[in-house]
Amino acid sequence: MDQMTQERLERRAAMAILLADRGDDLLVVPGLGSTTWDLAALGDDDLNFYLWGAMGGAAMIGLGLALAQPDKRVAVITGDGEMLMGMGALATIGIQRPGNLAIVVFDNGVYGETGMQPSHTQSGVDLGSVAAACGFATCLEVRDEAGLRDLAGCLNTLRETLFARVLIAAEEPPRVLPERDGIALKDRFRAAIGVKP
Amino acid sequence: MNVQVTDWPDRLFATLKRAGIRQVGYVPDAGHARLIERCRADSQIRDVVLTTEEEGVALAAGAWLGGERAALLMQSSGLGNCVNMLSLARICRFPLLMLITMRGEWEEFNPWQVPMGSIVDPVLKLCEAEVYRASTPDEVEGAAERAVQDVFGDERIGAVILSQQLIGRKVWTK
Repeated sequence: MDQMTQERLERRAAMAILLADRGDDLLVVPGLGSTTWDLAALGDDDLNFYLWGAMGGAAMIGLGLALAQPDKRVAVITGDGEMLMGMGALATIGIQRPGNLAIVVFDNGVYGETGMQPSHTQSGVDLGSVAAACGFATCLEVRDEAGLRDLAGCLNTLRETLFARVLIAAEEPPRVLPERDGIALKDRFRAAIGVKP
Repeated sequence: MNVQVTDWPDRLFATLKRAGIRQVGYVPDAGHARLIERCRADSQIRDVVLTTEEEGVALAAGAWLGGERAALLMQSSGLGNCVNMLSLARICRFPLLMLITMRGEWEEFNPWQVPMGSIVDPVLKLCEAEVYRASTPDEVEGAAERAVQDVFGDERIGAVILSQQLIGRKVWTK
């Protein structure tokens, strides 16, 4: 669509702006693939729960976490393909509506990990409209750096369930691979937020 | 102990409460109707209705990351919807307590329930889940208690299988 031909945000720079002032009470769950590499590229953090699989599950992990930790903020930052696979989660979250949960979709319209095949969003499926129809209190569409800074502000003062679609370019920056031992990732995350072993 | 035929969902609920379960994910299911009703009425339990059972596997993982215990209610057909997402519980050793009502194994009118119902046990075994089967009302509470101990004590996957005899025949004509 016409949006695809417009200049789009660089994904690594977008992640950096969103998390520049993340503080110590923002828990981040990226989707498998590119958003996990983007998050790792910012530097490691025990409060990142990287996914190397579980496609379609990022938003629901975020929901369980947000319900369990109402005093912390949870940001799921995933790709359009990962969100499409778990689109029903938007309906599930839309009726739970925890105020401390944000679902951010980096939408480049392609499946980057598998060879840049087009995703449904490239042909007009609008995940922001889906989220709005599912009852998300706030739905943002982010097209430029100013929008990213607004979204970063929203993440830092999160009070109602938020969905944001961030239009990013279809590019493949060098992979930055984080820890891939799932047990280690789980244990360090729980230790960092003070959950007993 | 002689448990009334219709009491077992209340026994299950009591087990979930004793276990400190705070989040319960479910896809509406006739066999679990009473248990779902109890969970929905409890202010200490967050009931999360799902669009598909695999959402509940991820929900339970998130709950555990945040220090809460979750349970996932489904019927046997729902297990098939979970298979890839169970990788999350397996690779990270997330505790996952599944309570599964059986279809397709006894007095089943609908043959479409049989293909999935007939492979529940091998699928669970392949997914490294421990199975706790209850065929009579007397067996339900003990099976659930053992599952809770193993699942949360040892961070593993456990499935309490509630046989179709417990649920009774589905009435097909109104």
